[in-house]
Amino acid sequence: MSIRTITFDAIVVGGGGAGMRASLQMAQSGFKTALISKVFPTRSHTVSAQGGITCAIASADPNDDWRWHMYDTVKGSDYIGDQDAIEYMCSVGPEAVFELDHMGLPFSRTEEGRIYQRPFGGQSKNFGEGGQAARTCAAADRTGHALLHTLYQQNLKNGTQVYSEWYAAELVKDGQGNVCGVIAICIETGETVFFKAKATVFATGGSGRIYASTTNALINTGDGVGMALRAGLPVQDIEMWQFHPTGIAGAGVLVTEGCRGEGGYLINKDGERFMERYAPNAKDLASRDVVARSMMMEILDGRGAGPDGDHVFLKLDHLGEEVLHSRLPGICELAITFAHTDPVKEPIPVVPTCHYMMGGIPTNVHGQAIRLANGHEGQDQFVNGLFAVGEVACVSVHGANRLGGNSLLDLVVFGRAAGLFIEDALRQGMTQYEPSNDDIDQALSRVRRWDDSKGGESVASLRKELQSTMQNHFGVFRKGDLMHEGVSKLAELRERVAKAHLEDKSQSFNTARVEALELDNLLEVAEATAIAAEGRKESRGAHARYDFPDRDDENWLCHSIYDPLTKQLGKRAVNFEPKTVDTFQPKARTY
Amino acid sequence: MKVSIYRYNPDTDREPTMKEYDVDTQGKDLMVLDVLNLVKEMDPSLGFRRSCREGVCGSDGMNINGKNGLACITSLSSVAPGVKEGKKALVLRPLPGLPVVRDLVVDMTMFYNQYEKVQPYLQNSTPAPAIERLQSPEERAKLDGLYECILCACCSTSCPSFWWNPDKFLGPAALLQGYRFLADSRDNATEERLARLDDPFSLFRCHGIMNCVSVCPKGLNPTRAIGHIRSMLLERGI
Repeated sequence: MSIRTITFDAIVVGGGGAGMRASLQMAQSGFKTALISKVFPTRSHTVSAQGGITCAIASADPNDDWRWHMYDTVKGSDYIGDQDAIEYMCSVGPEAVFELDHMGLPFSRTEEGRIYQRPFGGQSKNFGEGGQAARTCAAADRTGHALLHTLYQQNLKNGTQVYSEWYAAELVKDGQGNVCGVIAICIETGETVFFKAKATVFATGGSGRIYASTTNALINTGDGVGMALRAGLPVQDIEMWQFHPTGIAGAGVLVTEGCRGEGGYLINKDGERFMERYAPNAKDLASRDVVARSMMMEILDGRGAGPDGDHVFLKLDHLGEEVLHSRLPGICELAITFAHTDPVKEPIPVVPTCHYMMGGIPTNVHGQAIRLANGHEGQDQFVNGLFAVGEVACVSVHGANRLGGNSLLDLVVFGRAAGLFIEDALRQGMTQYEPSNDDIDQALSRVRRWDDSKGGESVASLRKELQSTMQNHFGVFRKGDLMHEGVSKLAELRERVAKAHLEDKSQSFNTARVEALELDNLLEVAEATAIAAEGRKESRGAHARYDFPDRDDENWLCHSIYDPLTKQLGKRAVNFEPKTVDTFQPKARTY
Repeated sequence: MKVSIYRYNPDTDREPTMKEYDVDTQGKDLMVLDVLNLVKEMDPSLGFRRSCREGVCGSDGMNINGKNGLACITSLSSVAPGVKEGKKALVLRPLPGLPVVRDLVVDMTMFYNQYEKVQPYLQNSTPAPAIERLQSPEERAKLDGLYECILCACCSTSCPSFWWNPDKFLGPAALLQGYRFLADSRDNATEERLARLDDPFSLFRCHGIMNCVSVCPKGLNPTRAIGHIRSMLLERGI
C-alpha cells in the first residue's frame, strides 16, 4: 500500500510544553521542523498546570541555590532519580526560565519587579536544614496556560510547521530497528501519511486516563508509550504513578499544591489538621506521595468526610478573599464550578487523584531514547532516530515521586536540551534511515485492523473496564494478590481489545477512530504499569505496598525496566554521578 | 432528558439535521460535556472536540440553547430553566459563523488566521538581560483580564461584525490578544502594532454590541480592550 510521504529534518509528536519547546529550538535554528499534535497545541494538557515552575532563580530568596533544589529533587525521588539528569535540570533551569520571561510569559511579580515565587511541597533551603523554601515561579495559578500559550506564540513567530489535529498512530522502523518517522492520520480528512525524519521526538505527555479518576485531560492516553511498547522498546519505572493529594472529590479536577503553598491546609471530618501527625516538620507541604498516603489513611481510619466518608477537606478561607482572588483566582473558579464550593467561605472536598506518570521511555539528558541490549537487561543502547521529552520520557528526574513544579521545569529544560542536541547532530549530518514498503505496511497494520473490524465490543465499554481495573487494583496502596488479579484481568482485556469493533469508518473528523486507536495505547500503558507494579517488591515513593511496606535499597535502589516483548521486568542502574557536586547518598526520607 | 444535536457528516449527509437523543442523567446537574459523553457512548459517530474538561483548554466551545459557551463548564441547570429536569430540550449546535467540518466541529482556520495577524508574541528590540526583564506588579496587573484567553472562539463567533467580515475584522479574541501585547511593559513594538490596526476594518468594525462580553466563559471583556486600542489609535493620530 502506498501512502504519501512528507519529509522533515525533525518531527515532534505532541504539542504540549515539551514538544513546543523542542520544536521552537529547532525552528529557530532554521531546520525543517514539523510539530504533529492531535489537538490544536494550546489545547494540550500543559494548559492545566496551575501552581508553577520550580527553579532556583533567587527571586524570593537572593541566596537560593540550584544545588538545594537538586537535593530536594533527589530526596523527593526517593533516590531513584538520576543525579546527572537532576543536576542538569536544576542548574540549567534558571536560564530556561529567564528565556520564558523574555518570550513574554506573564509571570506574577514581586515588588522588586522580579518573578514571583511561592512555596511548594518538598522544598527546602540549605539541603534540608534551612526550613521551607519558596522556589516555584508562578503566573497566578495559571502557569501552565501562560507557558503553553507563550510557547505556541513563539512557534508561530519562528515558523514551525504545525500539523494540528493530526494523530500519530505508529512508529516506523527499518529492519534494524532504527526509527524513520511516524504514521499519522489527518483527523479532519482521514488521510494517512508517513512523516519521515532524521529525528523523531516523542513529546506525547502522560496517560492518566488509564485510571477511572484522574486530573488528566481526556486526551492523555499514553500514545507515545503505546507506540514505543508496540515497537518493542522498553519503558522504565512505569509502576510509579503520582496521586495528587488534592483532586476535587467526584470531579477529579486538580486543585494546585500552591493552595497549601499559600497557607491552606487539609482537615479531616473532625476539622483536625491531620498532616501535623504524619509530617511534623513540613506538614501540608510534605512530598505529594506522603500527603496522599496520609489522606488515604485518614479516610480508611474512618475520619473521611461526606456521606460515604470518602474525602477530606482543603481549608483556604482563613487566607482571606483578597489573597484567594489575587493568587488563586483559577482555583476559586474551579471550586465553584466543580465542587459548588466557594473557597472564600468553605473548604473544598478533595481526594488523592491520579495525576502524573513518573515512568516512561528511558532517555539520557539529550532526550536520546535508550533500550537495553537484551530486552530487560544488559548494556544501554541508543534507539537511533528516536528522542523523548517531557512526561512520556523517563530521563529520570522524578524517580519514584515528582515534586510539584518540577514537571514544567522538566518540559522546558529537556525540550530545549533535545532541540539543542538534534540541531547539533543535524549540522554534523544525521542519518535518515529508510524503511522498506513492508516496514511501512507493518506500521499501518494496527490502523487497518480497526478499519477492517466487523463486529465486537465497543471501545467505550472496554475503556471503562480498563480504567476501573487500574483504579481498583493499582491505586495509592497496593497489594500483591490484588495486583496479580489485576494483571490477569488486563491480559484478558488485551484479547478482547484485539477483537473490538470500530463501527464508524468514515473519514471526516472521525473521533471514534481516534478513540479506538487511543484504547490500544491505554492498554499498553496499563499492562506495563501492572506488571512493573507487581514486580517491584518494595515500597518507594509513590509505589506503596501493604505486603512490602519498607524501602529495600539492597534490591531495589534501581530503575525497573519493562520489556514488552517478553513481559519481563528487569533492572537498570540509577545514576549517582553528578558532574559538579557530590553524590547525594540515600537516607531515610522524612518530612 | 431530551437532547437535540446538530449532525452533519460530509462523507454521508447531503445536509445537516437535528438528531434527538434521550439521555438518562439520573436527575443530576451534569455538565453539557458529560451529557455529550453519554450520547457518544450510545452513538460513537457523534463528533465534538474536548480535552481538559475543566474550562482551560478551549476545545469544546459550542452553541448551547442559543448561547455560545464551553460544554465542560456549563451545567444543565445554568442552560435554561427546565433543561436539567428534562422539561425542555438541551439544544447543541456548532459555533455559528464558521464552516462546519462535522457535527459540532467547526473549521477554526479563519479564527486562527485573525489571531496570527496581531502578531501575538512579545517583541522587544533591546538585548535581553541575564535575568528576567523587570516588571512592577502594577505593570503586570495590566495583563490581567487579557492573558487568560483560551482561544475557544465563543466570542468571535457570537459577534455579528465577525460574521459579516470574518476575513477583514479581526474579531474580539484576536483584538484582546492584540491589546495584551500593547499593554505589556516588556513589549516595545507599540507603534508597529497600532499601525497595523489603523484601517477601517481590522478594529473599527467593532460596534460595541458586546456579545463577546456576555458569552466569554473566562469572564473577559474584549470590548473594553478594543476601547483601549481605540484610545491609543486616537492619541497616536493627534
